[in-house]
Amino acid sequence: MDALAQTLYGIPIIGLVFQFGGYLVAVVPHIAPGILQAATPIALAALCGVMCERAGVVNIGIEGIMIAAAFVGWYAGVLVGPILGSAAIGPFGMTPALLVALAAALLSGVVISWVHAWLSITVRADQIISGTIINIAAFGLTGYLNNLISKTSPNGAGAFTQFRPPRELVEIPVIGWILDMFLSQGPIAMSVIVIVVIFQVLLFRSRWGLRSRAVGEHPRAAETVGIDVIRVRYRNVLIGGVFAALGGAYLSMEATNSFQQGMTTGRGFIGLAAMIVGRWSPVGAFGAALLFSSSTALGNSIKFSLPEGDLGTILAGLPDQFYDALPYLLTIVILAGVVGRSIAPAADGQPYEREATT
Amino acid sequence: MTGSRLTAGGSVRRVSRRLWSLAALPLISIVLALLVGAVVILASQLVLPGRQFDLFLPLTAYAALLQGAVGSFDGIVDTAVSTTPLVLGGLSVALAFKAGLFNIGAQGQFLLGALGSVAMGVTVAGSPSVVAIPLALIAGVLAGALWGFIPGLLKAVSGAHEVVVTIMLNYIAIAVVAGVVGGPLRQQGRPEAITPDVGNAALPLLIGNSGHAGILLALVAVGLVAWLLFRTTLGFEIRTVGANSDAARYAGMRPRFLTILTMSLAGALAGLAGAVVVLGVTHLMTPSFGTTVGFDSIAVALLGRTNPIGIVMAALLFGALRAGAPLMQIEAGIPPELIDVLQAMILLFLVANPVLQRALKLRGVKPGLEITETITKTSGEAVVR
Repeated sequence: MDALAQTLYGIPIIGLVFQFGGYLVAVVPHIAPGILQAATPIALAALCGVMCERAGVVNIGIEGIMIAAAFVGWYAGVLVGPILGSAAIGPFGMTPALLVALAAALLSGVVISWVHAWLSITVRADQIISGTIINIAAFGLTGYLNNLISKTSPNGAGAFTQFRPPRELVEIPVIGWILDMFLSQGPIAMSVIVIVVIFQVLLFRSRWGLRSRAVGEHPRAAETVGIDVIRVRYRNVLIGGVFAALGGAYLSMEATNSFQQGMTTGRGFIGLAAMIVGRWSPVGAFGAALLFSSSTALGNSIKFSLPEGDLGTILAGLPDQFYDALPYLLTIVILAGVVGRSIAPAADGQPYEREATT
Repeated sequence: MTGSRLTAGGSVRRVSRRLWSLAALPLISIVLALLVGAVVILASQLVLPGRQFDLFLPLTAYAALLQGAVGSFDGIVDTAVSTTPLVLGGLSVALAFKAGLFNIGAQGQFLLGALGSVAMGVTVAGSPSVVAIPLALIAGVLAGALWGFIPGLLKAVSGAHEVVVTIMLNYIAIAVVAGVVGGPLRQQGRPEAITPDVGNAALPLLIGNSGHAGILLALVAVGLVAWLLFRTTLGFEIRTVGANSDAARYAGMRPRFLTILTMSLAGALAGLAGAVVVLGVTHLMTPSFGTTVGFDSIAVALLGRTNPIGIVMAALLFGALRAGAPLMQIEAGIPPELIDVLQAMILLFLVANPVLQRALKLRGVKPGLEITETITKTSGEAVVR
């Protein structure tokens, strides 16, 4: 066995592949919780995308919704923290202040989505430009307020804490690390899995899901059978806003306990790519988000401890910035490889005009 | 000919009516955006604890903004200097719009252009300016064009939507700049990562303390792009693909080729913007070299109705805002991000123009954004099919 491995390691490319495989086996169980954590905001952004685009509304303002929700969640915590105190009232280090802040963040997501819905559904503006406006406005406003507020460097309401699964569970051989991945999480990361499953079932098995998909594929036909296209689109965009806001809140209330300018760093857009790669289905989008986030987690892990052998020598020669760019590179490569075979809802991005109103 | 029968007064009225029909919605949008900005300034005082409420703060802020932008000779030169990259970036985004492509990647192309011209500029810093400046400019243009070529190629070959790809390339560009400036281009013997000066490759000053020759370059580019779009076969093909990619193909044009070419040209223009900033203003780069040019360019292109002259006007507006922002921060304590808010609001009111038109009972006014219908129609697979 050893002799075989030695021979295989000797062949340049195959050797590298084997060394990489060995490194993955050794490292993945340790970074698995980190993969799910990094996937959480991307997956929520992707779910927002699925929710909107299944009903025929393209939403590239997800990034803006996320940064706004991250800011509102954090600053609401700053405001209500001193009033409501910091006594934990439940699991995950839940305090009244954190819950109020989370509610404020989600509300901000709904409000901003409403602007996008109004522009793209009622005004029938170009949906990509509408999303761009939301991004510029959200980054501008949060940057503006953060610039004013950060001078006083206030304390937020803290952050949700992770659940600690019992040791016996995590130490089960073979599957222990998988349990660890899903259980060593805060409330938002854990809720993603629940949302994905419920959303998947509802989208393909419920009346609401059928109606949403009909509106996204052929709004005229949907209207003919009595579905209110405008209402379905509004509702889906607003619900999508809740998902995106949850992703933003995750960044400032669970992953960290503070707000930094531009802290979403393109996760909303990577989420859109995950949606396309996942073929506009919630489970697919979640899987794609895991794929993207594992590149980030792996990059960090390689920075931390290099694999052995030639592979390590090669990787050591790469600058740190290569790993910073890795998720974006991977997004482009996968998007270019998969997009021809991934087909968007037929009415995606097209404003709907009722016949009677023209 | 009816024109010969018109009196001079009649033709003046006709011209002014035409100007009004073009400029009405942009002007109204700007005024409304300034009002929203004032509300933001007032509201932010309420949210922030421990600050005295000042009802006239918006006026103070806007006065300082105006003063900083056009209140002095240096201010006006600063405005011209901040306008220059916006003109080039606006042309970049507008050119892509004409072909039905949305170039959100001007930011990344700008960064790569800056990096390319610094790399070349440092290499030829000792050569005579006559050689060094063109070489550095060309390097920047080519680097930007490469960053535009990639999304163009991917869109034409695989249908990957240029919006997502260019945004990813923006983030990659940040990493590339940080890696190259902190690595191969790093100046030896300095504690911080910073490139050497571009020396003789720097653009000569023409007016004031900062008015460099890049201002002229931008004006030349305006003429060139206008000529390309409206006086050449290629320009006609680009506009046809943007208006209806299927019709263009039936007429024997090549949408894929035109997509790649247009994105490369757009990248080249944004790259030139980066080159001009580096060779004319900063003369070197730091790893965190970054500006708002890329995103301002989108606003410039839309506000200028993707028309070369309109772009110059819109770029002047945003250039003035950017040039005046520092004084506004000093005198009124208003963060420069207010400019982004104003920008977003101007675009918001432009996009919502049907509502504005109805509310203000404007008649005979051209819509704010006629270009918008073409953009989302050419989504991913449309080109591939």
